[in-house]
Amino acid sequence: MDLNFTPEEEEFRLKVRRFLEENLPKSGLKAGSEGRTDKEWLERSKAWQKKLYEAGYVGLSWPREYGGQAMDPVRQSIVNDEMVRANAPTLIGASGLSMLGPTLIAMGTEEQKKRFLPKILTAEEIWCQGYSEPGAGSDLASLRTRAEIVGDEFIVNGQKVWTSNAHFSQWMFCLVRTDPEAPKHRGISYILIDMKTPGIEVRPLVQMTGDRGFNEVFFDNVRVPRKNLVGKLNEGWLVANATLFHERNMLGSATGSKQRFNRLLALAKSIRRNGRPLSQDPVFRQRLADLEIRVEAMTFHSYRQLTDHVRGRNPGIESMINKLVGTELNHDLATAAMEAMGDYSLLAREDKDVIDNGYWPHEWMFSLGLVIGGGTSHIQKNIIAERGLKMPKSR
Amino acid sequence: MDFGLSDEQRELKQSARDFLAGECPTSYVRKVMASEEGTAPELYKEIAKLGWTGLAVPESHGGAGLSMLDMAVLLEEQGYAAMPGPFLFSSVLATMALSEFGSEEMKQRWLPALAEGKATGTIAIVEEETGIEPTGIRTSVRESGGELVISGRKMLVPYAHVADFVIVAARTGPGPRDLALVLVERNSRGVETRLMKHIDLTRRVCALELAEVRVSAQARLEGAANAFDRMLDAGAVAVAADSLGGSQRSLDMAVEYSKVREQFGKPIGSFQALKHLAAEMVSEIEPARSLLWYAAYAHDALREQAPRAAAMAKARLSEIYSRTADRAVLMHGGIGFTWEHDMHLWFKRSRFNESYFGSPAYHRERVAVLGGY
Repeated sequence: MDLNFTPEEEEFRLKVRRFLEENLPKSGLKAGSEGRTDKEWLERSKAWQKKLYEAGYVGLSWPREYGGQAMDPVRQSIVNDEMVRANAPTLIGASGLSMLGPTLIAMGTEEQKKRFLPKILTAEEIWCQGYSEPGAGSDLASLRTRAEIVGDEFIVNGQKVWTSNAHFSQWMFCLVRTDPEAPKHRGISYILIDMKTPGIEVRPLVQMTGDRGFNEVFFDNVRVPRKNLVGKLNEGWLVANATLFHERNMLGSATGSKQRFNRLLALAKSIRRNGRPLSQDPVFRQRLADLEIRVEAMTFHSYRQLTDHVRGRNPGIESMINKLVGTELNHDLATAAMEAMGDYSLLAREDKDVIDNGYWPHEWMFSLGLVIGGGTSHIQKNIIAERGLKMPKSR
Repeated sequence: MDFGLSDEQRELKQSARDFLAGECPTSYVRKVMASEEGTAPELYKEIAKLGWTGLAVPESHGGAGLSMLDMAVLLEEQGYAAMPGPFLFSSVLATMALSEFGSEEMKQRWLPALAEGKATGTIAIVEEETGIEPTGIRTSVRESGGELVISGRKMLVPYAHVADFVIVAARTGPGPRDLALVLVERNSRGVETRLMKHIDLTRRVCALELAEVRVSAQARLEGAANAFDRMLDAGAVAVAADSLGGSQRSLDMAVEYSKVREQFGKPIGSFQALKHLAAEMVSEIEPARSLLWYAAYAHDALREQAPRAAAMAKARLSEIYSRTADRAVLMHGGIGFTWEHDMHLWFKRSRFNESYFGSPAYHRERVAVLGGY
């Protein structure tokens, strides 16, 4: 057991911290809390990721030949940690970095890796995920968007939904049905679609927060070259599971939870009730302590997984729980903050009397979205029970 | 960064699991439960041979001098097996208290015997006012004629009826922190023990009367109130480790049962109501396992963080144990409510673990105080 980073790693951490202090734009990057998804915001966000990449802080563990630095995962986790500490926004290219990139590295062709990976790192190309459909949510494998092979092309027809960032993405990694006769998990393929292809229509959906974050995407005879198939034909479910795993890791960031807890504690100290700070109310203290204990447990849990990763041990059931526990914890933190603010929690972030810049009402809603997105908590529990605990399948 | 068990600790865990599965099955636990004294002499002879009783004893006094994390690995497996007897109180807490705060004379007298399994010690904290707050300690210790005189009544003292000595928390003055730990041999004049009827029969507790008991002036441990705090931290971590093992066992039993029990023509484990319960159980247990490892490690290596880490681990693990055992009984249905089925061993042990050395609410308040809320 050793909770210390090496002197080199500590030095690296300080370097990252200094870089962020000196270079992170003070405002203008946050899509959610500032309500911005316009072109100016987009360009600034891309420029920020590019700058970070050029400084050597994006894709550290990716292979060198595709623009990475082939470092061990500790360095990348140090960068992620410092980004959260600096309150830096999620990178604009996150879904490419966290979901598609690792999948291509593991299962893509050499041509695909060379073509796509470098531009994911620099944010020259932004990716969106084409998974959910109106009839395929939790039961993702029942998806019906059809891709017929004609010559050396797929002809795609159908509809995707809840597609985050589709309105400014250049590319989509997409699950399509290529064999309607096969059992549902075995007739799916994983393809890469250029969003400029004729026949694609993106329609915005407004989230309950009031932000425009996700979309409906319609495909009408969209032609996709066959070389854009990732993995084997009809084996897209395996490929998709690889990216779902990466998404779970991304969403369960313990450092983010710790930041939120610190913000909640500061809030509880600043709010007065019955003539004393709320943080000294015996009942609310119990709740705060319970939340901090759960946050700390996830922090050490992430250290444990990082250690296993570095040592090449297979992640077991301990990593299957990240998404469920992490997202529910974040929502519980935000809910506690809403209750702490009492009637002031009712104010929208635009009101001048809103507490803590209106961070919490937005976070309270957005964090519930993350309990749903990427596989709801109920689906997570099925996965944990069936794959982790080997309980019998229901179906 | 290397967070987790070492290869040696993994081996220790596996060998403890295998050993207890062979030597301490529930048929044996039940035999001990039904016995008068509730000790497990045959098992403890084997344990001493394995070196478990000497694990926390420093090498200079005939033990292995290993860490709290090593001990936590063993305690987890003891919790998994619902191992009966005084191990946690004698080989962990009394031994650690003497190793850390005992005089050289005390160490020489007791530690080699503890290491060999030939002596048993325990600790006495709780009194009429339940709980472990220092203000609840009224048992007094005063000097008289070059000796110490101890008077008071301790309740729920684990295994005092078979202990060679008891480490008694006693009051030296009116201030809340005017405390001392005193080593009292059980055969001293004025010491009386009465076995109390206990719900968790894998453990035994006693009422301990101390009527003007005279002991040597050297029977006082060093460290005063700090020794008291340190012993409670060790107790919190130790019980948390036992709770981790008990939670895991409760989950394992419930999941295994759900795979074989059929209703509506299917194994009940195929129903989502049960799957989701089991998934929630494991989702609480795994992060808490990481939290426990940290607390056990901090106990030796990060002394400044140790009290808060111990409070977090005890609050979380003991609460999870109760909830998990409760749910595991439910997943078994009617059979889980019978005396014949083993589930109640862990269900009852979880109640002891939740309460002893401070409830979850008590430790959450400590987390708040130490965190400057």
